[in-house]
Amino acid sequence: MLKIDNLSAEIGGKPILKGLSLFINAGEIHAIMGPNGAGKSTLAYVLGGRPGYEVTGGSVTFMGKDLLELETHERAALGLFLGFQYPVEIPGVSNVQFLREALNAQRGARGEAPLSGGEFLKLAKEKASLLKMDMEMLKRQVNVGFSGGEKKRAEMVQMGILDPVFAVLDETDSGLDIDALRIVGDGINTIMRKPERAVLLITHYQRLLDYVKPDFVHVLADGRIVKTGGPELALRLEEEGYEVVAA
Amino acid sequence: MTEAATLPTTRDEDWRYADSEFLAAANPQAINHWRTLTVPAGETRARYSEESSGAQCPGSVERYRVHVERGGRFEAFHLVTGGRYVRHEIEVTLEEGAHFEFGGVTLGGDDKVQEFVTRVIHAEPNATSNQVVRAVQWGKSTGNFLGRIEVVRDAQKTDAAQNFRALLLERGASANTKPELEIFADDVKCAHGAAIGALDETAGYYMAARGLPPEVARKLQVQAFIADAFANCSNSDAADRLLEGALLKLDGAVI
Ligand SMILES: Nc1ncnc2c1ncn2[C@@H]1O[C@H](COP(=O)(O)OP(=O)(O)OP(=O)(O)O)[C@@H](O)[C@H]1O
Ligand SMILES: [Mg+2]
Repeated sequence: MLKIDNLSAEIGGKPILKGLSLFINAGEIHAIMGPNGAGKSTLAYVLGGRPGYEVTGGSVTFMGKDLLELETHERAALGLFLGFQYPVEIPGVSNVQFLREALNAQRGARGEAPLSGGEFLKLAKEKASLLKMDMEMLKRQVNVGFSGGEKKRAEMVQMGILDPVFAVLDETDSGLDIDALRIVGDGINTIMRKPERAVLLITHYQRLLDYVKPDFVHVLADGRIVKTGGPELALRLEEEGYEVVAA
Repeated sequence: MTEAATLPTTRDEDWRYADSEFLAAANPQAINHWRTLTVPAGETRARYSEESSGAQCPGSVERYRVHVERGGRFEAFHLVTGGRYVRHEIEVTLEEGAHFEFGGVTLGGDDKVQEFVTRVIHAEPNATSNQVVRAVQWGKSTGNFLGRIEVVRDAQKTDAAQNFRALLLERGASANTKPELEIFADDVKCAHGAAIGALDETAGYYMAARGLPPEVARKLQVQAFIADAFANCSNSDAADRLLEGALLKLDGAVI
């Protein structure tokens, strides 16, 4: 599904990713852990085509296409979802309006018919209740005045509505209370744990991985994957730290 | 010299941001013509308009003077999308307890100069006024708001607010504002704010990451930005028409 080969990228002339390779097949859940500043969010943004993140080498193939050739919105229509470490506020635009426009833009790009207002609301209600989020929240402006945890939960409602084939979730667990963590974990499993889908979880803690069991755990340090293992690697990291395990 | 024979120039304070070419060639009679309106005590009057003259029209100047009697309400909501030069000017005098509600949007590209000029005179106590102006400019266009608030002596408990924000979609576009407050009473609330900025790129990227093409994302952002100007319109159909008119012009633009 996703093939990242020897990827290098820089921000403002500063090299951040330094030859990173990662293969993800359909049906798999991968976790990336790594010290602050290692380049985890940078990887997510490069996959998401964020302006200012310049690819200087390597390739990324997604769903058989050259991902790096596509515009950000085209990547989304192809089925890529990026859960933001810091979800963005959009004053004056409601979640309902935003997500309906976004879903219908994606559907249009794929040659599918748009959803009517009624159909969309039904879908939004279903996904909001999956994440135990009040519909009233979805009528409010996108992320404006949401608490840190509410923003993360809203990201997962967005993911449910947009129904991607591959999701990169950048610290979706940070800022969540204990109950919310379980709800979000269950939500990720319900939406994404399917044979034709895949997830890349970026996290600092084992606790999310208790709910969303990864098939592979990678350690990203200084712009590269320096170690790969099974779920037990995350437990070892938690006990012993990056310095010992990834050395 | 009579008033009607004189042409204003950009050296006049109130015309400082006007299009000088247009002024030089203008008809003094037309430019100095004021329409007048009186809002009777306790009643409400409203004006809504879109000025969308095409490029073949050198410009238009519309000026009106309104007197609002005790407890009356005057509301004016205007959209300016035309040019080259469009000026919309309102002078309002408020009696005791009267209210003036104003919302204006300028939206345009090329080398258009589009402006709102208001003068609100709080002539008696307890009158209130609220003005919200939004400018959306691209190309080499300019959006201006010159708002003057005068509170006479004894006009206690005046509450006057004025807010201007400009969104410049391209480098080369510009906006000017000049709030002027002349307050001769002491128990008065006067609020004014102004900000000029570009589209929020982070929000634009977030929207793209959810699948919105850039022009759709921009439209949503502009819509949210100008909606403030029409939010207090008591006629929601009129407000919707103005908003749709603005978005239609944006759709047709090459930015
Ligand atoms: N706009 C920028 N200009 C310069 N350097 C940047 C910029 N954005 C990020 N960086 C640098 O890139 C490096 C990688 O940052 P990144 O956000 O990818 O780290 P991360 O692994 O996600 O860390 P964390 O665990 O703290 O979220 C850091 O050293 C950071 O300072
Ligand atoms: Mg990060």
